[in-house]
Amino acid sequence: MDLVETYFHWLGMIVVVSPTILLAALGLPMLLGVSLSETAQARLTKAAVSLGLLAASAVLTLMLTTGSRHVVIELGNWVSIDAEHFHFHLKFVFDRLSTPFVMLSFVLCGVVGAFAAVYLHRDGGYRRFFLLYALFLLGMVASSLAGTIETLFFGWELVGLSSALLVAYFHERPAAVRNGQRVWAVYRIADAAFLIAALTMHHLTGGGDFEELMGAGAWPDGVAAVEPWQALAVGLLLLLAAAGKSGMAPFSGWLPRAMEGPTPSSAIFYGALSVHLGVFLLLRVSPLLDASLALRIIVTLLGLASAAIGALTSRVQSDVKNALAFASLTQVGIITVEIGLGLRYIALTHMIGHACLRTLQLLRAPSVLRDHQMREDAVGRRLTGDDVENKQKPTVFQLWLYRVAFDRAYLDAMLDSWVVRPFLAAFRTFDALERRWTEFLSGPAEAKSSAHDESWEDAA
Amino acid sequence: MPQLHLPWLELTVLLPLAGAVWTSQIKNRERARIAATIICFLTLIFACSEWLDFALLETFEAHDHWDIFQWLFQRDVLVVDELSAPLFPLGALLYLTTVMTTLRTKVNRFSFGWTLFSESVLMATLASRSPWLIIALLTLATAPPWIELRKRGRSTRVYTLHMALSCGLLIAGQWLAGANASAADPPMLAGGLLTAGALVRSGICPLHCWLTDLFEKATFGAALLLVTPMTGAYAVMRLVFPIAPAWALQSIAILSLVTAVYAAGMAHVQKDSRRFFGYLFLSHSSLVLVGLELATPIGLAGALCVWLSVGISMLGFGLALRSVEARLGHVPLDRHHGLYGQTPFLAGMFLLTGLASIGFPGTIGFIGTELLIEGAVGVYPLVGFAVVLAAALNSVAVVKAYFRVFTGPQRDTSIPMGCRPAERVTILVMVLLILGGGLLPQPGVQSRYHAARALLDHRHPEPELSESSESSESSELSESSGSLAPAPSPGSPVPSPSPIKRRDHETD
Repeated sequence: MDLVETYFHWLGMIVVVSPTILLAALGLPMLLGVSLSETAQARLTKAAVSLGLLAASAVLTLMLTTGSRHVVIELGNWVSIDAEHFHFHLKFVFDRLSTPFVMLSFVLCGVVGAFAAVYLHRDGGYRRFFLLYALFLLGMVASSLAGTIETLFFGWELVGLSSALLVAYFHERPAAVRNGQRVWAVYRIADAAFLIAALTMHHLTGGGDFEELMGAGAWPDGVAAVEPWQALAVGLLLLLAAAGKSGMAPFSGWLPRAMEGPTPSSAIFYGALSVHLGVFLLLRVSPLLDASLALRIIVTLLGLASAAIGALTSRVQSDVKNALAFASLTQVGIITVEIGLGLRYIALTHMIGHACLRTLQLLRAPSVLRDHQMREDAVGRRLTGDDVENKQKPTVFQLWLYRVAFDRAYLDAMLDSWVVRPFLAAFRTFDALERRWTEFLSGPAEAKSSAHDESWEDAA
Repeated sequence: MPQLHLPWLELTVLLPLAGAVWTSQIKNRERARIAATIICFLTLIFACSEWLDFALLETFEAHDHWDIFQWLFQRDVLVVDELSAPLFPLGALLYLTTVMTTLRTKVNRFSFGWTLFSESVLMATLASRSPWLIIALLTLATAPPWIELRKRGRSTRVYTLHMALSCGLLIAGQWLAGANASAADPPMLAGGLLTAGALVRSGICPLHCWLTDLFEKATFGAALLLVTPMTGAYAVMRLVFPIAPAWALQSIAILSLVTAVYAAGMAHVQKDSRRFFGYLFLSHSSLVLVGLELATPIGLAGALCVWLSVGISMLGFGLALRSVEARLGHVPLDRHHGLYGQTPFLAGMFLLTGLASIGFPGTIGFIGTELLIEGAVGVYPLVGFAVVLAAALNSVAVVKAYFRVFTGPQRDTSIPMGCRPAERVTILVMVLLILGGGLLPQPGVQSRYHAARALLDHRHPEPELSESSESSESSELSESSGSLAPAPSPGSPVPSPSPIKRRDHETD
């Protein structure tokens, strides 16, 4: 290993290890019942994010200096069964896709971490927030730099869990918890699709390495060695996974629900990073899209549909965070269209620009209305636009469109009617039948009251 | 047969038996609890020592040094092998943690004497190789919960019917099978009866109602102790696996898979925390059975890993639920209880153990689950996808239960909700096992893979089936009835279906 490779290796290790250490530093004291002060937690977070960002920047500088487009950090096999050729290969890759994305992750996480340290000051869930934040950061870094599909799945899952738990951050609010549950359910569907896609890809190509799956060339020049129908089958599953993670149609209902979480988490997860993870996946497997024209058309159409729904729905939101959430969906849809059209660099640039803008907007959202009101109080009159100037009666079409937008294109309602309710109704029927069967077997003598059904007063 | 350095097996069997007699004589319930804790702790020490001793011997099976039972019966009665070796510490841990976390308010209704007796029976079951002895011990193990149900004045009919059916089928099957049954010449009827008996004991759908009924009617601790060791799966491995043909095993796998998906779906609609736990456990244990019956090295290794991970994680999950129930009484899941603020430690354990049970990355179940899926896809791709579906449904159910129990408007109680020191220690041990096994999975996976190979080799003593893993797996893949996986041609790379692995073929 020459000197440059050694530098690459150690810098890459620092990028990956810094969020891991942060997670351990915040998690272990909680486990042992030791209470870290808010200052200590904020400093630890700042140090880990800064270190990771510096190392990632150094990797980028070194890549630009040496002209390297594809740097591999090999950590060996986490698990291996040699006789079965089973290897869980830990491998991270710095390339034109992962390096900007991981740097973006560090920058935005750093900004939001600094913001949250003040925003959540003396909040009861401060420790919990930063623990989940560390989990999220680790998941983002692992997903961004993943050189194998298994590593990507690892990070993907961490991001999903931390996101769902942060939506339900305000435990005492039933709506927040319900929404967290909904987000988790959608994420699990996406995860299942991802896993099945990964299984299928392994089955087709015999490996989990992206190099094996997408060709040996550095991103985006790889060529997937699969048949068009195979690319279509796997691509559709990955598209489902990406749609779930990025809140695209038909899963866009979870985006406004996710805004129940605290502002910093809304900003970083649903405005900036998490919402882009799905499209990042599509970019990562973009050589697969090239293998199937039908797949590209479907990706483009899904992007268009999502963008249209987002644009329409964001216009009728009365809440600034919801409006921003649907505005994000619009941009994510457009990015997906760009991917479908093969404009990968434009999609990457768009993604980074949009993430930065949306983070700023979401972080500013809680205070901007207050500032506006203060300005109006100072001036003594309304400054802008609450009056509706248009006196014309809306047409039937406009009313219909308004209703569709107001009901968020009925997507949540459709999922509820077609999937959730039939599922629950079927199993409730089975449950009722089982209970009747058990009661029949138990006989009439069985008392209705359950032995364990006692109040805590009895227990006390 | 190689010998252990000390009579660990006898100690793990006889110590709890002696302890059962001793504690049943103690009138003071608190002192009985302390005595039972000490006995369980010593049993755990002996069980861990047995595992360590056995691992150092590097053999497939071994028996005790100074083996009294061998001297008495002129045969190896108590034997440890690669399958059972880690199950001893797991079983002993189950009993120790259950006894330790029994609150004072519950000691009057929880029988420590019967608990230690059932621990002794479990240890003896794990140490037995004789089919008749295993069946006798499995039958005996059903007694303590039955006695408890009778004492509590609850109906025992559902439990009795199912257990009688299970034991009857096992006895009839073993009687028909005789001593010379093998996979090469499988006795069809006997195999079918044995399989049915073991599956009833495992709670395979549609004969699973006894499991949820038991959780509803017995104490949580007693129900947990009966089902968590997964003795039904153990019976399958000891009684059915050696004599059943591959197609029969894979049919059992399909049946188990249906149960796994069905139970995962049923967990979603439960309003009672105990029934919820029952279905969740049933789903997980059925997934273990799926892997066990795949009869491929990877699938079997995955199932053996998941057996341990599910055992540990569901134990922790159940104990967390039991701790909440011990303080609040009945915990309905149709509303939020808001306990996080009062017991964040317990909430963390509940979530962590639940996530470990579904094979979340970084926890003990992750690699095992992926091996299991890999094995399933290798035999039937659609089975692998159904395993993914069951795991996804379980994960949604686990987080839903977490939200219901620990979130919502904070509940004020007049009793302390914080963890007792014993509970805190238990939680820390669980966390250590779950995260330790998750972050350093290689030793566990290697050990279970070795066990899987040995079990398969003992099942197929023919040289052509044990020559190389590649050839044996490939032949089984291609021979498996209705396999959707493309059978690889000789010399061509074997396609790999795993999501988390890389198959390096001839190019390696």
